[in-house]
Order: sequence, then structure tokens, then C-alpha cells
Amino acid sequence: MEAGPFATAFHLLATFDATLAQIVGLSLRVTISAVALAALIGLPLGAALALARFPGRAAVIVLVNALMGLPPVVAGLVVYLLLSRSGPLGSLGLLFTPTAMIVAQTALILPIVISLTRQVIEDLWAEYEEQLRSLGSSRMRAIPTLLLDARFALTTVLLAGLGRAIAEVGAVLIVGGNIAGHTRTMTTAIALETSRGDLALALALGIILVGLTILLNGAAFAASRIGRRMTG
Amino acid sequence: MSAMHGSHSILPLRVRGLGLTLDGARLINDVSFDIPPRSRTVVIGPNGAGKSLLLRLCHGLLAPSEGDISWSGPAASDGRKRHAMVFQRPVMLRRSALANLTHALALAGLPLRERNARAEAALERFGLGALAHRPARVLSGGEQQRLAIARAWALRPELLFLDEPTSALDPAATRAIEAMIATIHAEGVAIVMTTHDLGQARRHADEVLFLHRGRIVERSPAYAFFERPATPEARAFVAGELVW
Repeated sequence: MEAGPFATAFHLLATFDATLAQIVGLSLRVTISAVALAALIGLPLGAALALARFPGRAAVIVLVNALMGLPPVVAGLVVYLLLSRSGPLGSLGLLFTPTAMIVAQTALILPIVISLTRQVIEDLWAEYEEQLRSLGSSRMRAIPTLLLDARFALTTVLLAGLGRAIAEVGAVLIVGGNIAGHTRTMTTAIALETSRGDLALALALGIILVGLTILLNGAAFAASRIGRRMTG
Repeated sequence: MSAMHGSHSILPLRVRGLGLTLDGARLINDVSFDIPPRSRTVVIGPNGAGKSLLLRLCHGLLAPSEGDISWSGPAASDGRKRHAMVFQRPVMLRRSALANLTHALALAGLPLRERNARAEAALERFGLGALAHRPARVLSGGEQQRLAIARAWALRPELLFLDEPTSALDPAATRAIEAMIATIHAEGVAIVMTTHDLGQARRHADEVLFLHRGRIVERSPAYAFFERPATPEARAFVAGELVW
């Protein structure tokens, strides 16, 4: 009798399957690196977009908002073209490596981080503007102040990015190639097992993936709760 | 206090022919007055008279449509402000009370190593030392306003603008705020305050600017204003009949 998906998932976890551990580890590494990179780039850029005034700002905002809906396969394709042997960055030899997957996922979630950060910081600036200007702060000097004060809202912004990155399959499949033991992640493994017909294993992996996502969000929620209690 | 600023005072402040027009509405109209050093000026008037706008114009938060706001001395060209403002509802950053002060001192250009000592001294000066490491956002409204005044005082201003500093507070907190203002003035800081509380105006004004529909209708020493208001508008206001 074939085992059900929950039993399979439980069995995989209980036996601490080495292949599974490797796949889970790579998924987490790629996604968390991409979120960290997107945070590093996107939080200051989003805040700058909220506070800077320049011609074409409205067009930039619309474009970044639109890119939030960028299909993962398109993001993957663009990064693929950049990194492929004949592409501009082909000499780096990054295609079909975890690094390429991190780059693709960063590109995918960067618009989300920038766009939501801009909204959060713009709202906060409306509340703080008079006080900060009275204290002598310029708009650009206000960026670090506002990013720090918006930290709890920005945690949610990064979780939105995390959710999109850990769930997507198109971008990592195209630039990573789903190579066993090298670039296979939870989502590409699920796609593969489904097409092979091992639905129980695919579903088991899905259960583990959703469980992991819940764990990550729970940890972030708890951290932000504690932080809020300590700093108001 | 003003001795710390050396011989170059930014006061008197001279305001001449000040006007503000927003979206076609003339909100401040041909306003002129002086703020001498160490003076206490209370701006009163009905709701919507333009009291808060006048303070924001003088503090540099709004650009006037016409007229001049000129500070004395060579500091007039200096970017660093020597006048501070306390708002009706002060914004506290999501950090400790002490860190709110050091942040303001950082913006004022004070070197890093001096900030903590100056901030702690400001909290101690007003009996707020016990709150230093509490998150500023969870303090009561009265405590936050006292913190806001301590923050402004820490900047060592020569002139302090206060925009209805007690209108959102209960009587006990109002007394604490008024005591702080008196202390700061006793140190030689000039005070410009708006209020809708006539008792507060009597207690804290040397000079009264009575503003009505964006114009200064009456400008006189406080005792004269309250005893013998010269204009019908001021008489009606002091009698409590002119609210709008």
C-alpha cells in the first residue's frame, strides 16, 4: 500500500533524509540570501524614492509597482540571458549555480521591497516631517531615522518578499536547472516529483515547505512582538 | 543661558509685512512685530486666526508668500538654528527617551561624545531622569510633552516657539509644562507661545499678539491687553464671545 503524503512527510522528517536536508538547506540559503540582498538594496532605495523629488518620479513609482507582478519565469529568463555564456555576464560562469538563483530571486522580490518600503516611509514622513524638519533634518538625513522607526512595518515588507521568494519555482528552475544535489530546491523538486507521478512525495515536500514558511513567519512575528514591547 | 551663545544674538527677531497665501486663501496678512531677547510673547486669537501658521513661518517650516523674517547678528546666515519649536502633539521616535534627545543633538551637529552627557543633563534638569531608558512612545501624553520640551531645551535655543503646548493635556500635566516654560524663560530664553487658554496667556505673557483672520488686530503689553483691550474684537475675545 502506498503511503499517504502526511505519512511520507513525517517519514522524511523522522529519518532526517540526507537528500531532503540538502534540498531544504539550499532552498533556505537561496531565499534568505535573496531577502537579505533585497533588503540591503531595496530598503534604502524605497526610502529614497519616498523622500526624493525628481522629474519622472511618478513614472518610476508606477514602474516599480508594476514590477511587483513580474512573472518569476520572466525574471528567470532575464537573469538567464545575462548569465548565459553569450550574455554580458557569461564570463562569470554563474549559470546553473546557487548564486544565479540568488540573483534571480533578488531581482524578483526587489520591486516588492522597494515599492512597499516607499509606501511605508512616505506615510511615516507625513507624520514626522514637521518635527524632523524643526530639529534640522533634511529629507535625505531622515532616511535612516525613518527606516529605523518603521522597523516593524518593514519586517512585514521583508516577509512579503520572503513569501514570494520561497514559493516561486519559475526563476530558480530556469537559472538553476534543478540539478540534483546542486541546484534542486523544494519547489523545483515538487515540480519534478509531480511530473514523475510521485504525488505523495511531491505533496510531502509541499507540506514541509508550507511548515517551514509558517515557522519563519512565526519567528519573525515573535521577534517583532518582543521588539515592539521593548521599544514601543 | 544666552551667555553661551556669545555676543552674537539672533534676537531681536524682526518680522515685517509677513503674508501667507495658500490655494488663493490669504491666511496671514501684513503681520509685523519684533521679538526682543528674553521676552515672552503669547499669540492668542480665535480658532483659525493663523496662530500656528505664524509660528511655523517664523520657525522656517513654511515659506512666506511675502514679507521678511530677519534674525539679528551674523548667525542670520548660519544654517544651524538657534530657535526651537515644541508642537501641540510632539513626535517621539520609537526609541528610548534618552535616544530621542541624542538624535536631536546629532541633527544639531553636536559631536558624538558630547551627546549623551548633554541629553542626560537635560532629562535631569526637568526631573525626567527616571524615564531615560523607557521607550518614548509608551509614555503618557504629559510625559511626552515634557520630554519634547527637554529635547528642545537641550538644543540650547535662544528662542523657543511653543504651539499650544498644553491643549491636549490634563491640568496636572499643564502645570508641569507651565513650570518648565517658566524655568526656561528664567534662564534667559525668549518664549513665543500660542494658546487658547486665556489664564495661561495671563500667566506667561509679557506681550500679547492678538491675531484675528490672519492679521494682528492688537499688539500690546499683557496687562494692558487684558485690562483694557483697545479693539472691539479683542474685547469680545477676552470676554469669551469671539471663538471663530
